[in-house]
Amino acid sequence: MLTPEIILQTLISGLLMGCIYALVAVGLCLIWGLMEIVNFAHGQFMMLAMFLAFWMYTLFGLDPLLSLPLGAIVLFIIGVATYHFIIKGMLHTTFFAQIFATFGLGVFLHSMAQFLWTANYRSIQNPVLSGRLAVGNIFVGFPQMAAAAMCILGFLFLYWLINKTEIGLALQAASEDREAASLMGINSNRIFALGWGIGSACVGVAGVLLTNFFYIFPEVGFTFALIAYVAVALGGFGSIVGSFLAGIIIGLVEAFSGLLIDPAFKYFSIYVLYMVVIFFRPQGLWGRY
Amino acid sequence: MGKEERSSMDPTKKNWRQVLFLSVVGIILLVFPHIFTLPFPQHIMIMIFLYATLAQAWNIVGGYAGQCSLGHAVYFGCGAYTSSLLLIHFGLSPWLGMLVGAGLAVGLSLIIGIPVFRLAGHYFAIATIAIGEMCQIGMVNWKGGGGANGLYLPILDEGFYNFEFHTTKVPYYYIALAIAAVTFYATHLIEKSWIGFYLRAIKGDLDASRSLGINVARYKSIGLAISAFFTAVAGTFYAQYVLFIDPESVLPLMLSVLISLVAILGGVASVWGPFLGALVLVPLSEFTRTYLGGGGKAIDLMIYGALIVIIARFQPEGLMGLLKKFR
Repeated sequence: MLTPEIILQTLISGLLMGCIYALVAVGLCLIWGLMEIVNFAHGQFMMLAMFLAFWMYTLFGLDPLLSLPLGAIVLFIIGVATYHFIIKGMLHTTFFAQIFATFGLGVFLHSMAQFLWTANYRSIQNPVLSGRLAVGNIFVGFPQMAAAAMCILGFLFLYWLINKTEIGLALQAASEDREAASLMGINSNRIFALGWGIGSACVGVAGVLLTNFFYIFPEVGFTFALIAYVAVALGGFGSIVGSFLAGIIIGLVEAFSGLLIDPAFKYFSIYVLYMVVIFFRPQGLWGRY
Repeated sequence: MGKEERSSMDPTKKNWRQVLFLSVVGIILLVFPHIFTLPFPQHIMIMIFLYATLAQAWNIVGGYAGQCSLGHAVYFGCGAYTSSLLLIHFGLSPWLGMLVGAGLAVGLSLIIGIPVFRLAGHYFAIATIAIGEMCQIGMVNWKGGGGANGLYLPILDEGFYNFEFHTTKVPYYYIALAIAAVTFYATHLIEKSWIGFYLRAIKGDLDASRSLGINVARYKSIGLAISAFFTAVAGTFYAQYVLFIDPESVLPLMLSVLISLVAILGGVASVWGPFLGALVLVPLSEFTRTYLGGGGKAIDLMIYGALIVIIARFQPEGLMGLLKKFR
């Protein structure tokens, strides 16, 4: 039975999940926008953030809300390190090599997590944020609401950073023209490292927030990264706003196809959406390329 | 690539060296199963041939034409499922099923080509991923095709007609070798033919080749069709070798990625690159899995992942590039 309540409930769940996809996609998009490299280890970075939150909670009793800044900082460092040790030397190599360098890193991190922490599903018992808000017959979980709100805040902060600050201008300049930017005294190496740091910090935030209501296991990042990859292409490579909106659209499509068709086909619909959009707009919805 | 080298060398001398090299490799491969009679080394060789075939088929469209397809598992699955379903429901010999599957894969590739070949770079790669994932989800939910449980192939009498051998791996070895050899020879022919030149032109500069009058869409489709054909043949071989298929084994994204990985790490747009890639990566993965992979500890995959990073980082041209350096 499709009552207005069920539709509203689906709409809200889709929007909330969409916000998480959106922030993950924005991180991916930021890195791509800078140097046209897709980080295929993005999902595994998110998984690391989730395990970080899990261990902080299990070992020190630190609630995910409190380990949020830690997650962002640690992932920032991981992103910068990835840039310095792997990406920096590969800026002029082929598309193929760049894909596989980060893909290999993803395989490594995934299996490392499995080795260290086994493939078991874990969850955080009794986080501070729990329970749900009931309005009539519509239920909204507090953890989901908080996660979505933080993701939107994170996005707004990033938007401000990129468009209104000097760092952001330097980021934009470096992505427009690497050589010209370095002639203007912008250290493109430092800017790229910063871009990798910020892009990875985005999944750090999303990952930690996700632990409040999602299982933690080594493979968790895979689906999220794939969806983020599709979201970035759907929104159009190079457009951060596009990625964010596409992430939300994907969340909605996932929720509604689960309701209207079958939960087994929720990802199917996302791919159909991508193929249809890309058929009419090969550069994505808001893409410049 | 290597043009100066080629012109500076006497062509007949070069030919003679090639023939010698090929005969030595050929003889080694032909006698291998009679020297190494245990199943494990034979299994490794069969997997090398299988992945060499897949990587070579991918190379035609991914290497020569530069279209980074991450959805080749679709054609592999098409070959595996078609021959298996025809065998189960109609008792059709897998050899005929192999041809039907390959034909279907060619048809499928022509349909898939329509939307994806309009796209470039990551948009193309993601579109191929999307199609691959759609096919996998479709097969998981299609009960008539075995669904998520997969298909067990009927155990028939051992023999060439039934394409099943239960007591020895040697016939599988030779069949896999033959499939790989045919794929390699086909790639060699394509490389030398006008199709190969057009494909490389498309990779080099799309707009320039279009302005020279190359029908870009047609040649991309031809490349993909040939590639799909051989990938599907390998799919049927896999089904007959393992005698069990499910969406998780013949249609996952991981398989698509692995196919391209073998080709890329070996070296794209060269006839020997995919073979070299398979020769290095397959034993590595099989040995580490056998000796370190126990108990779901995943050390094998850790080494595998780290190695991929190292090769991509320090040898982005693939192993062929390394070989050239030492020659």
